[in-house]
Amino acid sequence: MKDMGLWSQLIYYFTHNGMYVLQQFNLTFLVSIYGVLFGAIVGIPIGIWISQNRKLSPVIIGIANVIQTIPSLAMLSILMLGLGLGENTVIATVFLYSLLPIIKNTYTGMLSVDLDVLDAGKGMGMTRFQIMAKIRIPLSLSVIIAGIRNALVLGIGIAVIGSFIGSGGLGDIIIRGTNATDGGAIILAGALPTALMAIITDWILSLIEKWLKPKTASES
Amino acid sequence: MLLSMEHLRKEYANGKVAVDDFNLNVDKGEFICFIGTSGSGKTTTMRMINRMLTQTSGTIKINDKDISQMDPVKLRRSIGYVIQNVGLMPHMTIQENIEIVPKLLGWDKEKRDKQAHKMIDLAQLPEEMLQRYPGELSGGQQQRIGVVRALAADQEIILMDEPFGALDPITRESLQDLVKHLQEDLGRTFIFVTHDMDEALRLATRVVIMSKGKQVQIDTPENILRHPANEFVTNLIGEERLIRAQPNIMNIKQIMRKNPVAISPDKTLSDTIDLMHDKRVDTLLVTDDQDKLIGYIDLDDVSRNTNASTLVSELMNHEVFYVQDKALIGDTVQRILKLGVKNVPVVDDDHRLVGIVTRTSLVDLVYDALRGATDEELSSPFNADIHAAANRDEDDSKDDNKDTEKEEGSDGQS
Repeated sequence: MKDMGLWSQLIYYFTHNGMYVLQQFNLTFLVSIYGVLFGAIVGIPIGIWISQNRKLSPVIIGIANVIQTIPSLAMLSILMLGLGLGENTVIATVFLYSLLPIIKNTYTGMLSVDLDVLDAGKGMGMTRFQIMAKIRIPLSLSVIIAGIRNALVLGIGIAVIGSFIGSGGLGDIIIRGTNATDGGAIILAGALPTALMAIITDWILSLIEKWLKPKTASES
Repeated sequence: MLLSMEHLRKEYANGKVAVDDFNLNVDKGEFICFIGTSGSGKTTTMRMINRMLTQTSGTIKINDKDISQMDPVKLRRSIGYVIQNVGLMPHMTIQENIEIVPKLLGWDKEKRDKQAHKMIDLAQLPEEMLQRYPGELSGGQQQRIGVVRALAADQEIILMDEPFGALDPITRESLQDLVKHLQEDLGRTFIFVTHDMDEALRLATRVVIMSKGKQVQIDTPENILRHPANEFVTNLIGEERLIRAQPNIMNIKQIMRKNPVAISPDKTLSDTIDLMHDKRVDTLLVTDDQDKLIGYIDLDDVSRNTNASTLVSELMNHEVFYVQDKALIGDTVQRILKLGVKNVPVVDDDHRLVGIVTRTSLVDLVYDALRGATDEELSSPFNADIHAAANRDEDDSKDDNKDTEKEEGSDGQS
């Protein structure tokens, strides 16, 4: 193998370990998806809630900001002390990091809805729930999705680092590469799919974001 | 009584009293304008009607039902609501926007669709527009939709909060025509908040003038122009507008000359000449013993006859153009000018001669119209703008600053 170039080595690695790489790819992807999903389940309601109780917003967003400033490796290690090794700890970390972008975007989206539209909706006899379901959420959905998009890209990065606390995934391949002599090809075999995953996820979510943008003109 | 408000009072938590002891009864088909300066409580009062705000004390009844006992959501669905900044849902088509309340009320699709087409007709907009989005319409078109949206579920009462304040004068006028049509021809009842006096005087059947949370005057536009309750009302109406309105509120009695020179029919020609010479006039009005106007005699008639003992009754003209003392100047002046007569006798209800309008009095009217009235002239009844009778609506539009008295509802969305 030594006489092969870096790219040939990489191709050789993929042809022989293709299924393994795919497995690790799935693992990393699922870890970040789960984390962000929980983040959305918790973060969106919190964002809506603080948009209705504006006094709480600096407190909640402040807390989310503090979480964000902790370096991810430190956070992983701290959580590991409580939750032990494995995927669950990484999912928890991704969850914590996804809170800030999701809460912030939900909050901003809710507040960006025109007050006159809300006044008209209420004055016409919509209930609070109807105002939420028919006006606030449709008008802020694309902003919320943009938050989820940020969170997911962030989450993929954390899921890769999560290999340090034994969650497996593409990070495992990268670590193995760094430990091996002349492991450049192995590093790439882990790093390239990671980068690809982040880029493609970002692109797909940007499409969803565009698609969810409320239609305001008959021909676009 | 469709809507009655008794002893309404609104006091905010900080102790500021926005509305104090407001009383008003509104009949079906009325067009009520609330007018006042910013912070006068007009918007606050209006918003209490559909419970966007809750009064501190006092009762509001619709069809004798106390609204505080009603479900606010149901109440609001039964009352049309139009705001200054339109508030169309940007993510819904015009049709969906019009159908909001019918949909909330659970109308079926077919009925809603029919109603949407009826409403777009009413708004005088093409049907293709139903599939458009609000962002594709001009401001005036959007507010037309805003207005008909408030009627889509056959609401009896429509609340409007300075709905045309942000529109240019021409668009505003056409929308005023639209709401006036809805009130006059469809019998809808409007509660209309404005700070544009011309708008209020043009649209309202009754104007409610408010200041600092209190009612200052409630009356028809004509009566308010004729008898402003106090200086505040006079200032609010504006002197210029009062002057211009005079042809429409002042009557002939106010500009006529009293004690016209009259002669009875049994006098002789020599008496006539003497009287003409004394009073320096060329025409005498002829009245009977009850002061009733029966004709006139002028110099021509006198000079044609040389017999000094001829009776007036033989020479006088029976055809005489006269006006009623109660007639409005605006209605009368044009006729007087067209006929080209030098002077016009004025009679009361019993046809008794009470005065005379000469071309000199009309000169005063025209003079004031062209030169504008000075303060001194204001006290005389002669300053009126006869042109204004025709062009009342051609008017300056005051800057429309939205009131800041709005407050979020007590159940506080955002």
